[in-house]
Amino acid sequence: MTTITATSAPARPRKLVGAGRRQWVGLLYVAPAVALVTVFFIIPLGMTAWMSLHNWPLMGEHSFIGLANYWAILRDTRFWNALRFTGWYTLVVTIAIFAVAFPLALFIERPRRLTGFYRTSFFMPAVIGFASASLLWSWLLNVDSGLFSPAAFDLGLTEKKVNLLATFQPAFWSIIAMVVWKVAGFTMIILMTGLQSIPSELQEAAMIDGAGPFARFRAITLPLMRRTLALALILSVAGSILAFDQFYIILRGGPRNQTLTAVYWIFNQSFVSFKLGYGAALSMILLAILVALSTIQLWLLRKPEGVD
Amino acid sequence: MAQARSRSSRLRLGIAEHATGMIASVLFLAPIVWTVLSAFKPSQEARLPPLPPWPTTGFSVENYGTLNTFGDGLWLPAQNSIYVSVMTVVFSVIVSVLAGYGFSRFRFPFKDLLFVVILSTIMIPFQSILTPIFLVLTKIGLHNTLTGLVCVYVTLQLPFSIFMMRNAFDAVPREIEEAARMDGANNVTMLIRVMLPLVWPGIVTIALFAFLGAWNEFLAALVLMTDQSKFTLPIMMTALQSGRFGAIDWGAVQAGVTVMMVPCLILFLLLQRFYIRGLMAGAVK
Repeated sequence: MTTITATSAPARPRKLVGAGRRQWVGLLYVAPAVALVTVFFIIPLGMTAWMSLHNWPLMGEHSFIGLANYWAILRDTRFWNALRFTGWYTLVVTIAIFAVAFPLALFIERPRRLTGFYRTSFFMPAVIGFASASLLWSWLLNVDSGLFSPAAFDLGLTEKKVNLLATFQPAFWSIIAMVVWKVAGFTMIILMTGLQSIPSELQEAAMIDGAGPFARFRAITLPLMRRTLALALILSVAGSILAFDQFYIILRGGPRNQTLTAVYWIFNQSFVSFKLGYGAALSMILLAILVALSTIQLWLLRKPEGVD
Repeated sequence: MAQARSRSSRLRLGIAEHATGMIASVLFLAPIVWTVLSAFKPSQEARLPPLPPWPTTGFSVENYGTLNTFGDGLWLPAQNSIYVSVMTVVFSVIVSVLAGYGFSRFRFPFKDLLFVVILSTIMIPFQSILTPIFLVLTKIGLHNTLTGLVCVYVTLQLPFSIFMMRNAFDAVPREIEEAARMDGANNVTMLIRVMLPLVWPGIVTIALFAFLGAWNEFLAALVLMTDQSKFTLPIMMTALQSGRFGAIDWGAVQAGVTVMMVPCLILFLLLQRFYIRGLMAGAVK
C-alpha cells in the first residue's frame, strides 16, 4: 500500500534520447489491452444500444422498430416487479451486510492474539464463488437432505420438516442469510482499511477529553471513514442490483416467480425467449441505473476539499 | 485491590471477546467444513440430513465416483475450468503488464483518454452486454469455445489489473531505469530484466484475482457455453443440481462443491497478503 501511495515521482525536466520514436512505442504496449476492450466491451456496448431499437430474434431477419421496445418496457409489469424486487433485496441485504461487517471490522481492527485467525475465517466465504456458495446453500436449505429443516425438526422447533424454499418469506430470508455469510468478510476488510487510516492520536486525544466510546465513534470514526463507507456501500449496492447466481441456482426465480431479479428477467428475455432486441432495451435501462450509481459514487468518493 | 479488580475485569473482557470471536469464526467456517466432511460419506448416508456432519458409517470417496457418472463426468468440466482459469491468468497478466508499463513510462497520443476508457469499463455491468458479446464471438468464430470465454474473462479483468500494474510501475524509481538504459538496455530487456523483478508482487495480485474471477464466474459461462462438453464446473454442477441428469444426488453436489471451493481456499490461504493488498489498493484509491 505504501508503495502505491508514494508513487507520483516529481516531474522534472529531462532529456529523452529519441523521444519521438519512444512515444509511439508506448501505443504498441497498450495496443493488446485497447484491442480487447474495443472488441469485447466498446463494440458490444454500442451494439446493445443499436439492438435495443430493433426487433431481433435469434434466427431470421431483424428489423428496425424505433423506440417500440422501450414503449413495451413501460407496460411490462413483470419487469417492473423484478426491478422492485431487486430494489427491496438490495436495501435489505445491504443493511444486513453492514450490520454484520461493521462490528466484525471493529473487532479485527484492534490487535490482539488470534486476530489473524479471526480475520482469515471471517473472510474465507468471500473467496469461494457465488455459484459454489449457492450450490452449497441449496443443499443446506433442502427440505429432505439439507441441514436447517431437519435440524429444526429434530430439535422439536417445528412439528414437521418445513420446506424453506416453498414460500416467499423464508426463501427470501434464506438468501439474505447466505449472501451475508458470503459477503460480510469482504465488506469487513474494506471497512477495516478505513478504520486503520484513522490516526490513533485522534482517538487518544478524544479519550483524554473524556469522550465515551459512542461519542468517539460518532465524532471521529464515522466522519473520517466517509470515503471508505461510501466505497463499501457502492460495492454492496452495485453487486446486489446485479444479483443473479443465487436466485437462479437456489430458487430458479421461484416461488411463483417472486424472486426474479432485473438481471434474471433480462436473462430470461434474451436467452430463454430469445427476444434479443427487447433484452437489449432492458439492458439499457439497467445500464442507466448503474451509470447513475457510479456518478453518485464519484461524488461521494471525492476527496475532501483542500486535501489532496 | 483496585488493581486486582481491574485485572480480573480485563481478563473477563478478554475471555468474552475471544468467545465472541470463536463463535463468529465457527459460524463463518461451518458451511464450508460441513460440506467438505459430508462429501466423504458413503452415497446412502449422504442422502440423509448431515447430522452429524462427519461420516458415521465409514469414510468413503463414493460421492466423487457418483459425480463422475453424470453428463460428461467430473474430469471434463474440471479440465475446462482449469484451462479457462489458467489461460485467463496468463493472458490478463501479459496484457496488463504490457499496458501498465506503457501507461506508466511512455507518453503517446490519446494516452489519458485510453486509460480513462479502459478504467471506466468497470462501471458498466457486463451483464448488460452479454447478448452482443455472444454475437461478436459468433462473428469471429469463437462461439461456444473456451478460448472465447477466456477473451471475455481477460477483458473483464483489465480495468483492475491495468490499474494495479500501472501503479506498480509508477512506484519503480526512474533512476533504476536510467541506469539500465546507460548500460544499453532497450525497452524490452528493460521490462523483462529490470522491471519485472520489481513489480512481481503486483503480478501475483492480479494473477490471483484473475484466477478466482475466472474459476468462479457463472453467468457468462452459462450464456456463452451452450455445448455440454464446454461446461465449466459451476455450469455442470448447476445442471446436476437442477436435476438435468435425473434425480438429484446431494452427495455428488457436496463432492462437486468441494472440488469448486478447495482451489480457491488453498490459493487464498497461500497468497492471502497479495489478496488483501489488492483489495486495499482498490479501496484506497
